[in-house]
Amino acid sequence: MTVTGAYFDAATAAPLHPVARQALLAALEDGWADPNRLYTQARRARQLLDAARAVTADILGVRPDELSFTASGTAAAHAAVLGGLAGRHRAGRTFVHSAIEHSAVLHAAQRHVAAGGAAASVPVDRLGRLDPDAWAAAVAAPGVGLAALISASHEVGTVQPVAAAAEACAAAGVPLYVDAAQSVGRTPVPEGWSLLSASAHKWGGPPGVGVLVVRKGTRWESPYPADERESGRTPGVLDLPAVVAAAAALRAVTADAAAEATRLRALVDRVRTTVAATVPDVEVVGHPTDRLPHLVTFSCLYVDGEALLHALDRRGFAVSSGSSCTASTLRPSHVLEAMGVLSHGNVRVSLHRDTTEAEVDRFLAELPQVVADLRAEAGAAGL
Amino acid sequence: MTGPTEVLDCLGQRCPLPVIALARRLPELPVGAVLRVLADDPAAAVDIPAWCRMRGQEFVGRVSPTSYDVRRER
Repeated sequence: MTVTGAYFDAATAAPLHPVARQALLAALEDGWADPNRLYTQARRARQLLDAARAVTADILGVRPDELSFTASGTAAAHAAVLGGLAGRHRAGRTFVHSAIEHSAVLHAAQRHVAAGGAAASVPVDRLGRLDPDAWAAAVAAPGVGLAALISASHEVGTVQPVAAAAEACAAAGVPLYVDAAQSVGRTPVPEGWSLLSASAHKWGGPPGVGVLVVRKGTRWESPYPADERESGRTPGVLDLPAVVAAAAALRAVTADAAAEATRLRALVDRVRTTVAATVPDVEVVGHPTDRLPHLVTFSCLYVDGEALLHALDRRGFAVSSGSSCTASTLRPSHVLEAMGVLSHGNVRVSLHRDTTEAEVDRFLAELPQVVADLRAEAGAAGL
Repeated sequence: MTGPTEVLDCLGQRCPLPVIALARRLPELPVGAVLRVLADDPAAAVDIPAWCRMRGQEFVGRVSPTSYDVRRER
């Protein structure tokens, strides 16, 4: 199926990279066997898996035996949090995390707390950047088992001070888990972490492939029933063709990452400045410069987020929103809440390699009228 | 401190209706007046202070889980 209209939700799922499509089709032919068996077909599958792991590990700058594929980015995040905490349960049972982690991390934290552990949330500023002093104090407190920091906010794009956070963790002897789902394939992730997770469909791989890295020397204990696959870190047989496709896509996007980041950053900057100039009463959120190259978020006063999404969809623009009316929980995004910025009328635009300048310009040309119409319908024009 | 000048009942209203109601009513009150907004949509806790910041009005505080005081500054 060809995607029609302008797809601006790469931060949820980037369109499948053409290289991934080719690799997927090829691997469906000869990558269907279980790589753990001892016959010809299995050896071929093993070769494909080993190659995919080697490529992915090389790009992430880790050893292949430190990297496991998982069934999703969410599964990798759950395994990082719960396995990292289980491995350190004698050292401490408190899980320190930023207030703007992905819900997968926060849900794992809830599970940890329900099982008798503790969690401590570290605030961010108005721009969505971690409070470094609060972080240092939180990880230095007694009884901390693991700390988690997202590499960059998946909702507002603000890059987090991972290197500084890692230093504070090292000083306190606490392992750091970095959720790098929005960064891998786009921008380098700073050193200093012990655990990392990523998600292939954020970089142009297929859905259903996550990556979990556990650095050597990190205590990690599986939160699942025993299973020997993927160094004992992933239960069940992997979707090997999808893994092969994910690795191929990662190699392709990494090769183009610097040029693509420059191109998309210019488009994101255009969205930020144009929206602020042409849409009245709009709050463009996130750090103005220290941000992901492909993602921009803004909130429109007096506008219902769900109505805005539908109005944009009718005009052929696919975007997402952190407004409560667009969430099943009816709560506003915890990220916008933690930043203390307007949560209704929220739009996240996230771009990818197929995004054209013309698409962005058409969006910027049509948005002011869409917002004005919705305000008029709500009786909020001129307030 | 004295109580609010007026109470605006937005209970049961979903975002952004309480903020729209606030924006409509506050300018009709004299400068210095305090409007108490009753709202049980969780988004109000974020959006009422954010509106005050964007509009240069004073967010006095959340006086109960479902009530927020706003003072007209200008």
